[in-house]
Amino acid sequence: MDARQQFARTTADLVDTDDSVALVYAEISAQYFGDVEARHPDRVVNVGIREQLLVNVGAGMALTGMRPVVHTFSSFLVERAFEQVKLGFGHQDVGGVLVGAGGSFDIPGGGRTHQAPGDVALLDTLPGVHVHAPSNAVEVDAILRTVVAGDGLHYVRVVGQTNAAAYPAHGRFHVVRRGAGATVIALGPVLDDVLVATAGLDVTVLYSSTVRPFDGRGLRAVLGSPDVVLVEPWLAGTSSRVVAEALRDVPHRLLALGVGRDEHRHYGTAREHVRAHGLDAAGIRRSLDAFLAA
Amino acid sequence: MSTPHDPHAAELHRLVSLMTGDEKHSAAATSTLDVVRVLYERVLDVSPSTAGDRTRDRFLLSKGHGPMAYYAVLVDQGFFPESWLADWATYDSPLGYHPDRNLVPGVEISSGSLGHGFPLAVGTALGLRAQGIASRVVVLVGDAELDEGSNHEATELAAALGLDALTVVVVDNRSTSYAVPGRIAARFEVEGWDTVTVDGRDHDLLEKALSHRGIGRPNAVIATVEEKS
Repeated sequence: MDARQQFARTTADLVDTDDSVALVYAEISAQYFGDVEARHPDRVVNVGIREQLLVNVGAGMALTGMRPVVHTFSSFLVERAFEQVKLGFGHQDVGGVLVGAGGSFDIPGGGRTHQAPGDVALLDTLPGVHVHAPSNAVEVDAILRTVVAGDGLHYVRVVGQTNAAAYPAHGRFHVVRRGAGATVIALGPVLDDVLVATAGLDVTVLYSSTVRPFDGRGLRAVLGSPDVVLVEPWLAGTSSRVVAEALRDVPHRLLALGVGRDEHRHYGTAREHVRAHGLDAAGIRRSLDAFLAA
Repeated sequence: MSTPHDPHAAELHRLVSLMTGDEKHSAAATSTLDVVRVLYERVLDVSPSTAGDRTRDRFLLSKGHGPMAYYAVLVDQGFFPESWLADWATYDSPLGYHPDRNLVPGVEISSGSLGHGFPLAVGTALGLRAQGIASRVVVLVGDAELDEGSNHEATELAAALGLDALTVVVVDNRSTSYAVPGRIAARFEVEGWDTVTVDGRDHDLLEKALSHRGIGRPNAVIATVEEKS
């Protein structure tokens, strides 16, 4: 099952089992929600193609004590309705679970309008937003169950890119490989490429699906050499700030890999876009070799 | 401008004066005063002692601008002390030029950016309905605030989902650019709202219009007041 189908299945289960959970969506993914909407028409609401309303309807439900799951493509959820996220949830100080699909380039044929590599960086301008980047269906299921049962404002980035292994999301880095040299941080579904890229290198590889809050303590605990490499499948440099904060008293060098700022006017496949941004194993290895040799 | 034989009006104007610093306020400071008074004095089932109840009626000041009348009514109703008014909008005051629900007792939403309160009210009405709570949700918007497209998203969905707990009151002081006479009421009517236009200074007419709860249809009240000068 792909990650988005898993999101729909898990959310339907949460709506079925907890009367305080609501699902608000804006046409997108309607093909998955028909059954649960028929069972719970008051708690599963399709607002139509109205994304400003989408976010504030979720926030309004939260004001009455419910736990809303708010869903559409990342570009419309975070970018079009950003002020609604900032004010409807943040400024009101109510919680909810925003689930964005599509990410940086899940819909390559759709072009720029359906690509949101800046989503994490935008949300990172707001205080207290938890950001999760699950990397396969198992992680999607576990993270949704945890954050819907919890409190606060969460963004769950559900995308087509995957990692083979599922790791528990306890908010701390998993040490996937231990070495004496650089520390390579894989955030979200880039780990498989990172592991291929670092094969044979004496480096440490960290993985987490929890993007914010960032596990700065975990990074400090494993840091061997002063070289840090960040790999994230959204706007390059998004997490440079939190690495700098974690290592503010530690002299270090940072290579921040991610999706470039330039608009790529190409369609094709997601994998071609991964490659174009240098985020496939060969691209990561090239950047890594140049960085470590410098 | 107030309803005749209303000695209470003088008290509310005194409270507003503590913020505006003058005896004769601008129309902007008091355009909403009669609507908000009638809501708290005659229509809504909410008080300082029930402000935390899940089943309270809710009033959402969507536009957030010109909150002096709102603050005066909340003081008059006992939600917070009169002593807060004199130094409003100073650094340590809980009272800003736009109200903050996390700072001011009785305030349901933090507003100020136009076009957010009405959609939040739709979500609030949906949340109450999903929990089987019959409370009413009244949201106040300005006529110029309706320029924001988010309100039209809210107008359409509230009617489509039959949110009869919801009342929108539009205080119309003809402050919008590009006004079209009759457009506001026609917009609500065509979407299927129960819609009425009343004198926004007439307390009895406001009470009747704001107390109306349709069956399966949301309620729109256009309250006309003096033109913004």
